[in-house]
Amino acid sequence: MEHKTKIHAEEGQQTIRITREFDLPVELLFQAHTDAELFGKWMSHEYATTKMVMLETKPNGGWRFETKDPQGNLVFTAQGVFHDFVLNQKITRTFEMVNSPFDVQLEFLEFEKLANDRSKLTMYSIYRTPELRDQLLKLPFAQGLSMAHNRLEEIVSKLK
Amino acid sequence: MHLRRDVFQAIADPTRRAILLLVASQSMTAGAIAANFDTARPTVSKHLAILTECELLTQEQDGREMYYHLNPKKMKEIADYIEPFRKMWDARFNKLESIMKNYKQKK
Repeated sequence: MEHKTKIHAEEGQQTIRITREFDLPVELLFQAHTDAELFGKWMSHEYATTKMVMLETKPNGGWRFETKDPQGNLVFTAQGVFHDFVLNQKITRTFEMVNSPFDVQLEFLEFEKLANDRSKLTMYSIYRTPELRDQLLKLPFAQGLSMAHNRLEEIVSKLK
Repeated sequence: MHLRRDVFQAIADPTRRAILLLVASQSMTAGAIAANFDTARPTVSKHLAILTECELLTQEQDGREMYYHLNPKKMKEIADYIEPFRKMWDARFNKLESIMKNYKQKK
């Protein structure tokens, strides 16, 4: 089966391209990226809640979100600036993880109407170097590894 | 618990990638592998040790000779490193889709 969400990351390049088609009108897909409440909802999951604390949807406007664990501890903050903002078509923004060794990245989001209830998002992320891009790509992989590792430790400690 | 050397660090080195390509076609002894490189034999041995430690290579004794094999299972694991990243975005976008479908109905 073909995946709905596709990742393109060619070797030696510093770009990641993510594409996805939605059963949604392009207006709603766009709104999910510009409405602070909606954005926070789809960026949250059972292990962490994300809240948009600033979202100025205009060129030169800033954005910032905070992610907290179920105990309420702040685990992740990201921020950036909007450079281009075309309703239902395009968002250009910078993305920076606060208090992390990673440099800021540049993101281009392109929204496309495919049919009345069908739309497509193409997202380009550009990193300072190909090495930095690869490190970021591996983050969820590394987290998965360390989670598996933690579970293993948990099981082992119970055996004692 | 102490984590072993990172496999991604292991394949970041061009000589080690060349070794993996060599061994991919056939099992080889350390001597046969080293003959393909200008670098000193102890340097090649060090690379082999790192690759073995990361389980990218496995050793097998055949008589007096030690042969190095490629471990395809571990290699596949590396090839799939993008998959968790894709899954993370897929989960986010699935959620976006269902939230916005609900939102549309409520409007």
